[in-house]
Amino acid sequence: MSSAGSGTASSAERIPLLEMRRVNAHYGAVHALRDVDLAIYEGELVCLLGGNASGKSTTLKTLLGMLKPTSGEVVLDGEVVNDRPTSYRVARGITMVPENRRLFKRLTVRENLQLGAYLRKDGDAIATDMERVYELFPRVKERLAQKAGTLSGGEQQMVAIGRALMSQPRVLLMDEPSMGLAPALVQQNFELISQIHEAGMTVFMVEQNANMALGIADRGWVLQTGRVVLDDTAEALLANPALRTSYLGGGHDGSDNEVGEGPAAESSSQHAC
Amino acid sequence: MSLTAPSDPAPPPRPASEPAPETGPSVGGSDDDAPPRPPFAQDWRRIARMGAIGAVGQIFISLSNMPVKLDGRAIIEGVLSLGYLSLVVLPLAAGSRVGHQLRREGVPFHRPGAHEVVGGAACGALVGGGLSLLAILIANFNLREPLVNWSPILADLLAFNRGTAFAVVIWFAIGAAVGAAAGLLRVVPPLARRVLWTMVLTLFGAAVLESLTTDLAEGMGIEALIDWFYAPRGGLTITGAIALAAGSGVLALVGRGRIKGAKARIDALEGPARNRAQGGLILATAAVLVILPMFAGKLTNELLANVGLFVLLALGLNIVVGLAGILDLGYVAFFAVGSYSAAVLTAATSPRINPELPWFVALIGVVILTGLVGLFIGAPVIRMRGDYLAIVTLGFGEIIRLLFLSDWLSGWFGGSQGITNIPGAEIFGLAEVAGTDPRSVFYLVLAFCAIAIYVSWRLERSRIGRAWMAVREDETVAEAMGINTVNVKLLAFVVGAVLGSFSGAIFSAKVGSVFPASFLILVSIVILVVVIFGGMGNIVGVIAGSAVLIGVLGGPKQPGLLAEFSEFKLLIYGALLVWMMLARPEGLIPSVRRTRELHQEELAQDAWLRGQTEDGHVEHGEDRA
Repeated sequence: MSSAGSGTASSAERIPLLEMRRVNAHYGAVHALRDVDLAIYEGELVCLLGGNASGKSTTLKTLLGMLKPTSGEVVLDGEVVNDRPTSYRVARGITMVPENRRLFKRLTVRENLQLGAYLRKDGDAIATDMERVYELFPRVKERLAQKAGTLSGGEQQMVAIGRALMSQPRVLLMDEPSMGLAPALVQQNFELISQIHEAGMTVFMVEQNANMALGIADRGWVLQTGRVVLDDTAEALLANPALRTSYLGGGHDGSDNEVGEGPAAESSSQHAC
Repeated sequence: MSLTAPSDPAPPPRPASEPAPETGPSVGGSDDDAPPRPPFAQDWRRIARMGAIGAVGQIFISLSNMPVKLDGRAIIEGVLSLGYLSLVVLPLAAGSRVGHQLRREGVPFHRPGAHEVVGGAACGALVGGGLSLLAILIANFNLREPLVNWSPILADLLAFNRGTAFAVVIWFAIGAAVGAAAGLLRVVPPLARRVLWTMVLTLFGAAVLESLTTDLAEGMGIEALIDWFYAPRGGLTITGAIALAAGSGVLALVGRGRIKGAKARIDALEGPARNRAQGGLILATAAVLVILPMFAGKLTNELLANVGLFVLLALGLNIVVGLAGILDLGYVAFFAVGSYSAAVLTAATSPRINPELPWFVALIGVVILTGLVGLFIGAPVIRMRGDYLAIVTLGFGEIIRLLFLSDWLSGWFGGSQGITNIPGAEIFGLAEVAGTDPRSVFYLVLAFCAIAIYVSWRLERSRIGRAWMAVREDETVAEAMGINTVNVKLLAFVVGAVLGSFSGAIFSAKVGSVFPASFLILVSIVILVVVIFGGMGNIVGVIAGSAVLIGVLGGPKQPGLLAEFSEFKLLIYGALLVWMMLARPEGLIPSVRRTRELHQEELAQDAWLRGQTEDGHVEHGEDRA
């Protein structure tokens, strides 16, 4: 399997907002990412699909600078940021909504939002953005003084997204937005993501739930044992029978959170590269 | 707490996917209480279990020799000593606990009655039986071989000097009586219970604080009154005890609900009015702390100064552990560096360099040096997380002490001889602060505590304070928010180090000498216990924790009000910590914030239980790849 670097025709001439060029990354001795090429263009909603241990979270960590690639380049808006710390990248517009939301549970909702704007010094604009978050999520405003850990799952998701938006991101990275949520809330969450996307936000989403993610995404990649094995439009990926049978594991219908590991996931990591 | 409250205001409409409305808990709810249970339909297994646990605990306390050591300390002259109190404390606790019922929705709550008294008596008798058993064992076997701590006086104490048979019978009886009394406390109406508790606590407090009140009374010239309350050989006189009990009982009756009411009124205030009320409270406290030492003698001021030194240390550690979540087990290192650097910079007898700077000038050097040491220790340590970090800080704490002790550096710090003849701290030529005048030490400590409290308070509400708490909550996510976690943690480490060094600098001026032996690992542990006991991350709690633990029980080397306890200090620290973690994990004085949070957690949990099916929030572990 080789990584197909086709890219969509419409975005061929534009500079990607966020890009990975032949990135390799290791966790200790484990080769977690193998020659990964990704390009995210302004205004897109794209997703990275993969089973457990396929390297999805590693990709996010590498983009954010919490893990240094062993080779290849991470490019943010035309600038190679390999040696830049997370804070530099966050200040220049990358932000993440972590898996399972991971709010600062013992801090209030307001403090969580303020921490999203940690690197910003423009007090007035922060206040305006707070108001914008309240407009988007009126329920969040009611809970400002409450501990984040006491909110319901749906509310926590709102705060997590609000916290990410507070950094004035240009691209929003979402780590498994369906994880830890019941089906009804997953649906609601994906609606929220496409709503934010329609408002102009570039979103890069990492998911196991292929049907849900491809339902709202423009394009997608499929990652298997650290290698991009499929790169196509959402429609084409959804129509591709190999998607679930070969890459994302057994015949799950996609509404389930748990998509099993690919059958070859463990063994193929031994002989590649 | 019953959570069925039909009178609650109707909640606003909500989307179907969200949890059920949060109904406020209604306390009490005595209307639907079930009638008392029959006296002998007991849960005997529970009684047996608690009785056995209590008996083992009571035997342990006895064999630790606590009763004998504490027997010298009278609470009420000729009636009760602290030693005998330590022998009845567990029957009391077990007797009370066995009658405890949880109020749970859908489970009938039985009104307490004869059932509780009988249960308490049975349980108390079992605990007392432990002492009876001990008396038999002492009489028939040589327990001195394996268990060396207790003294033979214990046997006489248990038997009231009347022989083993008497001891066996009497401890069953005492246990049963005390347990029954504890059960009875559950039966009496709440008001009577409150009055009784106030009386008991007043008597106990008055006895414990004897040296303090006597000292203060001498300062105010009212020794005659004090002589009437306290017996010449310690403890309250019987007449004094009766008068105190009656007085406090009346006060409890008159004042019932008023303190709570006033507190509720202050809590209900908003904005500037609330700030004014709080400001007034702080001013009043400050005024008391400034005026009180003027009337107090050396003993009280010495105690206050010691407590203050630990408050300062605890405030520093509170920033490191409470706010930034860095479990530093070697905090004593900064106390030591502060003490030694102040000693080297001020003392003429310092072996290598002796600039003999005035104390306040030397303080600048102390801050710089400790800050550097903080950076030096912190830089490698701070990259670790959790357990590893704790272990490494533990090591560094010892390394610092061993360096001061070492022959290699003895040319600088005097090795085990330490540095002696350290001059007192001169305050701009106004006053000399030295150990011979504990009052001046206290004022100096007070000033630094005020600074530390202000700094802590401001930091907690600042951007950097939020960053600390974010790192404490979830370091990975904090990093993803763009927080430079290494720098932020290092800053907490250094700020904590500098606050600790203030305490050290005052300590060396107060004591007049520094030795490596003053900076044992025990100091780190005691400060940490103070912080945990008071309530992590809570300034008022940390101060209260120091006052209770250091003031009453004593610090690592400093005697507290109950000097008799000094041998058992660590035992009591440990017991308190275990109890604290089980019963009140939020600490002695939980912050309003924390209380609200716990309250909310209860409500949220309740709402979750009801709305589980519609909400669909599934809690996952965070250990997924």
